[in-house]
Amino acid sequence: MAGLDPALVVHLEAWCRSKGHRTQRADENDDGVRAWITRGRTDLDRWALAERAGRPGPDGIVARPRLHWGLAARGALIEPGGPEIAADLIDRDLVWAELAPSLYAHAASAQWDPAQAVRWDAEVRLAPDIERAVVQIMTFLVENEQAALVVPARLLARIHPHFREVIQLLAAQAADEARHVEIFTRRALLTGGEMGTSSVSGRESLATLLTEPDFSLASFLLSVLGEGSFLNLLTFIDRHAPDPVTREVARLARQDEARHVAFGVAHLQHQGKVDTSLLGRLRGAVEQRHQTLISSAGLNQDVFDALVVLAAGEWTPGGIRRGYAAVQELQIEMDEGRRHRLVRLGFPGDEAAELSALHTRNFM
Amino acid sequence: MALLMGAVAYDPKVVTIWGGFRSWFNEHGFPFDFVLYSNYERQAEDLANGRIDAAWNSPLAWIRSRRLAEANRRRLTPVVMRDTDRDLTSVIVVRAGSPYKDLADLKGETVAVGAIDSPQATLLPCSFLAAKGLQPGVDVAVRRFDVGVGLHGDHIGGERDAARALAAGTVAAACMIDSNHLLFGREGTLAAGSTRVLAQTPPFDHCNMTLGDTVSTEVMNGFRDLLLTMSYADPQVRPLFDLEGLTSWQAGRTSGYRALETAVDETSFYSEEGAVAAVGYQP
Repeated sequence: MAGLDPALVVHLEAWCRSKGHRTQRADENDDGVRAWITRGRTDLDRWALAERAGRPGPDGIVARPRLHWGLAARGALIEPGGPEIAADLIDRDLVWAELAPSLYAHAASAQWDPAQAVRWDAEVRLAPDIERAVVQIMTFLVENEQAALVVPARLLARIHPHFREVIQLLAAQAADEARHVEIFTRRALLTGGEMGTSSVSGRESLATLLTEPDFSLASFLLSVLGEGSFLNLLTFIDRHAPDPVTREVARLARQDEARHVAFGVAHLQHQGKVDTSLLGRLRGAVEQRHQTLISSAGLNQDVFDALVVLAAGEWTPGGIRRGYAAVQELQIEMDEGRRHRLVRLGFPGDEAAELSALHTRNFM
Repeated sequence: MALLMGAVAYDPKVVTIWGGFRSWFNEHGFPFDFVLYSNYERQAEDLANGRIDAAWNSPLAWIRSRRLAEANRRRLTPVVMRDTDRDLTSVIVVRAGSPYKDLADLKGETVAVGAIDSPQATLLPCSFLAAKGLQPGVDVAVRRFDVGVGLHGDHIGGERDAARALAAGTVAAACMIDSNHLLFGREGTLAAGSTRVLAQTPPFDHCNMTLGDTVSTEVMNGFRDLLLTMSYADPQVRPLFDLEGLTSWQAGRTSGYRALETAVDETSFYSEEGAVAAVGYQP
């Protein structure tokens, strides 16, 4: 070490001592050199047992990431030790789906701005009964979307950050639901009225989603069965929308929900390949939820009536007859959709029909 | 029976450090526990009296406990020390623009020191000044900064206050350990380039792990050998080493305490038998 500061050697010796390096003061004839340093081992020892946290790409995911990798980037060189992250979803087969990276990329590219994506200034002049029906449906949607926001948000905090794309996808999903909550609320309040009703039975049904701790089962109940049914519901609202704003909010939400359903199905298909007990557990989850909700009143009567009125388009006996038939048809479509997705997960047709029939009458 | 060690709680991190060491020792099959003291004097007395088996001793506590033990025909052994306890120096620092060129120029001036019981910021520099012909209290006035008395200078506050007094111009020079001169420059207590090292003491040693004669030679050797196997490469050990400020344990030695023994005698800090004799010292 050469240098001109008079205190150089004093400071150098103190610093080297603290870092584990050795120093020797130079002789007079060392030609400008003030001290010789022999490197210690501490900076080498710190990394002696370091390991890579897998490799950065999706092909570098390990089966069971170590908890002390914590929040480190996948593929980073990890100094051993340190606190363990409080993640309990750490098994690749439990959380991963091959489709996750591409679904995330799609989700990120499909984000829309609620202020721009809906023509909020479009004319909305509905008969009071129809407007009330729209507001009631929006109130119901907000409540369900809030459940759909909380479930992935809770799950993503439990997943090891090594499975980055799954966390990103769930974060995008939560953000999607946040926008849905916004646009449905905004449509409900567009004409200056009050929000509709929220029934105990609706909240009971959603509470069972929030309390499901198993990632696969939560994903199954929420995305495959719940949001799957909502695809039909949103299509129904789009089809019968009495005004452009209602139509647009339903359409925007539907395109996001389709992605959520796709991930849920892909994740469970992946898991079904490595876990032969999965279908049995899925069946158990549906049955248990059915038992829990057996004494519950099911769908809020106000919501059912609102759907009938929406499809009727008018408060007349003929209209109500048509509306009622349309809601019957909706429920058949929902049932067919659920059965179809259950079959894709590997259930035989008769079992799929049986399980679909046990799904909550609250739709989600 | 676990080996019971004393340590002084000069900072909250002491709990983390020795709690970590305790776990490590017990996991490695060596029963170990510790008690905390509020100051070094009670710990030195307890070690010398055999109430604890070991103590993490400041250099001054080593001297006192050794004197106390030997007065009672007991034997203490410094088994290990940190690599960073070896060959430290203290410096006497003046403002860069001051006229002092060597120590003799400080005659008649005021020198700031740390706490009354700080080896590195008070006892050793004062002894050093005396050896250079500047008798503290006679040839130079001493302004003491008593922070954390009883902690034997482990509390940095006295040294920092001495440095601040130097920066403020109320004293001609200040005494501190070399690493704190570096630290005070980095943290801004002393502005970069604002001070000059006027003199540096010869090297001395700092803390050691002292074992009493309440444990067998076998246990003592087992404890020492286990300490010497602790490696900075071990992720469980590394954070403890970082907190305690070492990169490896080294064998204990007493050769680095001669200057402090002299300083203790010069100031009658302790008697030959280890009694506290320093005037105004109230840990």
